[in-house]
Amino acid sequence: MSILVIAEHDNKALNGATLNVVAAAQKIGGDITVLVAGSGAQAVADQAAKVAGVSKVLLADDAAYENQLAENVAKLVASIGSGYSHILAASTTTGKNILPRAAALLDVSMITDITAVDSANTFKRPIYAGNAIATVQSDESIVVATVRGTAFDPVAAEGGSAAVEALASAGDAGISKFINEEIVKSERPELTAARIVVSGGRGVGSGENYHTVLDPLADKLGAAQGASRAAVDAGFVPNDMQVGQTGKIVAPELYIAVGISGAIQHLAGMKDSKVIVAINKDEEAPINAVADYWLVGDLNSVVPELVSHI
Amino acid sequence: MKALVAVKRVVDANVKVRVKPDNSGVDLTNVKMSINPFCEIAVEEAVRLKEKGTVSEIVVVSIGPKEAQEQIRSSMALGADRGILVEADENQLGALEIAKILKGVVEAEQPQLILLGKQAIDDDSNQVGQMLGALLGAGQGTFASEVKVEGDKVQVTREIDGGLQTVELALPAIITTDLRLNEPRYAALPNIMKARKKPLDTKSPADYGVNLATKLKTVKVEAPAERKAGVQVKSVDELVEKLKNEAKVI
Repeated sequence: MSILVIAEHDNKALNGATLNVVAAAQKIGGDITVLVAGSGAQAVADQAAKVAGVSKVLLADDAAYENQLAENVAKLVASIGSGYSHILAASTTTGKNILPRAAALLDVSMITDITAVDSANTFKRPIYAGNAIATVQSDESIVVATVRGTAFDPVAAEGGSAAVEALASAGDAGISKFINEEIVKSERPELTAARIVVSGGRGVGSGENYHTVLDPLADKLGAAQGASRAAVDAGFVPNDMQVGQTGKIVAPELYIAVGISGAIQHLAGMKDSKVIVAINKDEEAPINAVADYWLVGDLNSVVPELVSHI
Repeated sequence: MKALVAVKRVVDANVKVRVKPDNSGVDLTNVKMSINPFCEIAVEEAVRLKEKGTVSEIVVVSIGPKEAQEQIRSSMALGADRGILVEADENQLGALEIAKILKGVVEAEQPQLILLGKQAIDDDSNQVGQMLGALLGAGQGTFASEVKVEGDKVQVTREIDGGLQTVELALPAIITTDLRLNEPRYAALPNIMKARKKPLDTKSPADYGVNLATKLKTVKVEAPAERKAGVQVKSVDELVEKLKNEAKVI
């Protein structure tokens, strides 16, 4: 078995999501090669070489890979892919953008969002917004899959000593161009990796109120902040904070849902959290059915009281 | 220019699905079916581009059972001009097979813009648009929250994990829609009546030379592990006490 893992990075540092993918690769078993496609990304390759369990790192350094354009990276992955039994990437927007394209270039089917490895070609994955779990077997010559990070404990970032090899660029496909990027800056932990997440929904009322009420709680707990789709659509917070079927999937130790009713699509993104707390003024809110602890009350008085009691 | 929109018939987003007792799949008998919400957004975007004068004709295609005609008619009631139904057994269709059929449709229709939803809410795969891009050698603007056509190029603002990214693609290009791209309109009754008269062709995968039978096999489908029932706490003090001493998470 030879497994190719596509590294997720920003040309400077390896994204933690890659460590979860390597963990999934170890469950499959075999030689693990990490592909770093980037521009000026030597530091990323060096970091990937230190990751526990990695036997080789391939570095394709070319301006064409600077912004992870799917047209260019998928072309590179497809050019070397037939030499591997498995190709894996993280279920991030980058992984989901690139990997299906690479799979189609290799003429193989792929599996999205695996949450468990049953055998080298059989995996579990959630369907219907997490309301059913499918066991899927791939009879393809190459198993191509994205890995749901929260389902696999990350391997250690240190301890490995893989060799870094340069890989020739597959060039620019010439059909797409990066224009710009607006990245939301935050001092808080990254949402998908945070130990505690505090999320607000429509019930928080306004963007101003979201921050007035929830910021002190998140600060006190050292938590990341999330939101329901209703809060994002109402313009309270930017959409990269959305948790759910169409947003981010989180599974922290503690998830505090404030003013969130708990639609199926929201539950899809957080119901694997270890402990769920719901604070809602509605006794009948569906979120209460998945919550370990739920408190009925006005969030505007309950949350500040909670902050002062922690 | 011509726009092609792919739509899928799926279980309605508000239905809580049940797994069949024999674990062969999800029970869809007598369950409300609808157009996939992301596909509806793709139709709406095409209609808006037509209203702006960018797009001259909207062709909507669906691949699946005969009943998918309903979703094609709904798309026509929203403003699509004509429909193509590729009738096929859904159990043999994986994302790759669907992308191959769509490639055939694109080659026959020659659209400049190809719009799809970013994922279907039943299989949650999020693959077809990207695969179609690969098969056509066309650029892909996935998870789009803004689309601007300028001459023979299209600028797509994409929702990425850290925020937003804008890319420019040469036409023809693939666009997959995110929820924030637009808010689909409701079909008015006169438009629903008019949609009944719009042309709808029926085709088969063989018409596009596509061999079915996906190499992915669903071995079984199970209900997810149930969470054990929680407790209602009466006060903030009680909540903090439970989180500290019982759950030990803070």
